[in-house]
Amino acid sequence: MCETCGCGDPEIVPIEVRERILSDNDAQAAHNRSHFEHLGVLSINLMGSPGAGKTAVLEATAKAVDGRLKLGAVSGDLATERDADRLNASGIVSSTITTGSACHLDARLVHHALHHFPSNESDIFFIENVGNLVCPAIYDLGQAANVVALSVTEGEDKPLKYPVMFQKADLVLLTKVDLIPHLDFDVGAVEDALSRVMPQARMLRVSARTGEGIDEWLKWLEERRPARTGHRAHHHHHHGDEHAHEHAQEHQHEPQ
Amino acid sequence: MHEYSIVASLIDRVQQEALAHGGTRVHRLHVKIGELAGVEIDLLKTAFDTFREKTICDGAELAIDTVSAAWACPTCNRSVAKGAILRCDACGQPARMIHGDEIILERIEMEAPNV
Repeated sequence: MCETCGCGDPEIVPIEVRERILSDNDAQAAHNRSHFEHLGVLSINLMGSPGAGKTAVLEATAKAVDGRLKLGAVSGDLATERDADRLNASGIVSSTITTGSACHLDARLVHHALHHFPSNESDIFFIENVGNLVCPAIYDLGQAANVVALSVTEGEDKPLKYPVMFQKADLVLLTKVDLIPHLDFDVGAVEDALSRVMPQARMLRVSARTGEGIDEWLKWLEERRPARTGHRAHHHHHHGDEHAHEHAQEHQHEPQ
Repeated sequence: MHEYSIVASLIDRVQQEALAHGGTRVHRLHVKIGELAGVEIDLLKTAFDTFREKTICDGAELAIDTVSAAWACPTCNRSVAKGAILRCDACGQPARMIHGDEIILERIEMEAPNV
């Protein structure tokens, strides 16, 4: 008997679910996260508008790291491999996730990319999301932290206009700060906007061009690197065979 | 336009539940969407109307319950108004979202002769 709508149809039953619609993505993200954690890799989901300077920040990061840490990245790109080419040239081992028309990365796409990634040795692994301030925010990828690049040319009000993105950020990188002398940009106004949408507002000012702030950004990353767990040596991916790598317990793959 | 991918996940989930419960036809889905979930209600409806055809959800109604966003101090429970600085006036703690980011499938009403 239908108790919900009173339609009287004896065959309609209410099935209580009460679960997140994206629970499949959440489960895949948890799998990715345990993967990163077992390998002692710091994984960062880097988001921001198209042209915010995500790739440029990573290039500057590689330059500042100067080989002291192993950096890896996957770049979500609608149609090209340009970002991954730039990152590879800067010394970051990179591959592209071509999303076609999809406006965001999801945990399954990242998982697939990890299986085909050329190296298993990263200390810090960046997931450079598709340039977009809306869609990427709602998909957990298994990252340890969300970082949003916001360039000074985008205007101070972006956090208020795109609260979902900034509310989920652990850090905002204010990029292209070398341009501030040429703009009417009020850093105080963007800090105020962030504090109204981001509970633990944290922002670093950086310039990929001059290198300003990159050391502080590196310090922020270093502070979040997990301790080595010793699993790395036992955790090999065998490429060409999707599911032949060793997993620790509670590291389940979805059924084929 | 991630609303299409949300609808695809939603219909997959309903399909699984229908299989598990011997459901034959879905009449109505109740979903809960938070104001700060990053989901556009109109787009979600359009996506559902487009994708439900020829699935278990063909002809089903999507009932959307929207949830407003609310913040409060995790220590003293004092509420922090939306649009205000997200920090407790009294103890200085960063506020925590109490509700408003839900993307939840609450209930499915389906014809299930064997339940």
